[in-house]
Amino acid sequence: MVEHLIQAAYFLTALLFILGLKRMSRPHTARSGIVWAGAAMGLAVLVTLLSPGLHNFGLMIAAIVVGGALAWISGRKVPMTAMPQMVAIYNGMGGGAAGAIAAVELLRGQIESTGLIALAVTGGLIGAIAFSGSMVAFAKLQGLISERPMVFPLQQVVNFIVLGASVVLGVMLLTTSDNVTFIAAFFVATLLFGILMTLPIGGADMPVVISLYNALTGMAVAFEGFALGNAAMIVAGTVVGAAGTLLTQLMAKAMNRPLSNVLFSGFGQESAAAAGEVKGSMKAIEIDDAAIMMGYANKVIIVPGYGMAMAQAQHKVYELMKQLEERGVTVKFAIHPVAGRMPGHMNVLLAEAGVPYEKLFDLEEINAEFQTAGVSIVIGANDVVNPAAKTSPGSPIFGMPILDVEASENVLVIKRGKGKGFAGIENELFYRDNTRMVYGDAQGVVNDLVQALKKL
Amino acid sequence: MIEGIWAALFIFMLAGFTGYEVISRVPVILHTPLMSGSNFVHGIVLVGAMVALGHAETPVEQAIGFFGVLLGAMNAAGGYVVTERMLEMFEKKKQGKGGG
Repeated sequence: MVEHLIQAAYFLTALLFILGLKRMSRPHTARSGIVWAGAAMGLAVLVTLLSPGLHNFGLMIAAIVVGGALAWISGRKVPMTAMPQMVAIYNGMGGGAAGAIAAVELLRGQIESTGLIALAVTGGLIGAIAFSGSMVAFAKLQGLISERPMVFPLQQVVNFIVLGASVVLGVMLLTTSDNVTFIAAFFVATLLFGILMTLPIGGADMPVVISLYNALTGMAVAFEGFALGNAAMIVAGTVVGAAGTLLTQLMAKAMNRPLSNVLFSGFGQESAAAAGEVKGSMKAIEIDDAAIMMGYANKVIIVPGYGMAMAQAQHKVYELMKQLEERGVTVKFAIHPVAGRMPGHMNVLLAEAGVPYEKLFDLEEINAEFQTAGVSIVIGANDVVNPAAKTSPGSPIFGMPILDVEASENVLVIKRGKGKGFAGIENELFYRDNTRMVYGDAQGVVNDLVQALKKL
Repeated sequence: MIEGIWAALFIFMLAGFTGYEVISRVPVILHTPLMSGSNFVHGIVLVGAMVALGHAETPVEQAIGFFGVLLGAMNAAGGYVVTERMLEMFEKKKQGKGGG
């Protein structure tokens, strides 16, 4: 009887997860989607407590309360700009939990068939990679370690050997699954591989990597679901695995780089050689002149990038939009698919500041409009507006679709300094005749622009 | 009636297509919230970790099981809060626009 109750609850959980995700894919039902999924999760947790033959309830409740509270509080407190790394770290924890399930089940040695052991081991492998890899991604985005790709000689060979070692150990576990030494060695090698695999990936590629690890964790959960005979885990894990894989592909496609390239190229490293010979000079402009330029334009297109997020400038950008609109200027936002650290990162930040999403336009929608815009203002974006993606085949970003800002009459670029973008490449746009540079922190500069516009 | 591994494989296949379909026609603006939402959904790993801890006997198993439940709970709770915060903004903004 209890068994039927549990299965029925899991059935409902899986159904609500899918419906919840479906609702999350439409802006006006999105909020209710997460609430549905949240209710499903609560139900699944409660009903699992009824499972026959469980012990250690004290430890279980303690872990749920402590872990839940810690994550809840930190998730509430973190600023919206730090969302990508929060997704990374919570995702890594899911992978770690999948790895822990595999470890416990292997240690107990109660898994019936070799097939199920293989699934548990595979889930453990994927989960552990997602765990340590996500932690490195978190550390990079949080600035705990350098965002630059970390490359050393024979890196690919070392990575391959470590991965090979964990696969071999995993295969050995199929026959001697409760050997403590093998289990420990297997997880050490796998965790190490996750770290090694993520270190050479630069900050600009992190969105793709986080999405990939998200999909991997989903797969790991599904595999552990097989091992435990838990249908809710199989369904939820597989749905996430498939959805996450698709999302990862969409992102990689938006950057026009095959996933293998993201994972294995040490992006941003080779570019040092490709950089160099740009003709002309960067021309600075005073705030007041920039304000006049915008205030009397027919249309202003705002191109936000990670610099806006870094400087927490989204609220000032909203004020800028308001000021311009009061003067009768049409304002639109051009959002590159990989602007910021995750696809949609800019949309989330601008939404937070109050910019209606009808004003946010995709690359395809807006690119033709730049030629009719009086001013394009680039706020802390760099690689996504770099003409080198179209013109120089040697560039590491060659082929990536970019926002065509140089087509507009005037281009304003707000930039912290004269340095290069994530990809570490010179940006010819900054040297164009119709480009003017405003140096400074995005929040400060935009604020000055707003004040100057008020005085016009 | 199919059972065991075969039933599981059929679930696996159908759930895979479901996941693909759910995401395939999503506007770019919702990609981040959806990634975050699917991050929450795989927090279901918590129930598996609970079962694993519930079966644990030796202190080592208990320690690893405890760690698993702890991580699973953080995945679920953190994933929920972060996703809800993101999606809340879409809702609020819509009302604001309707009012003004």
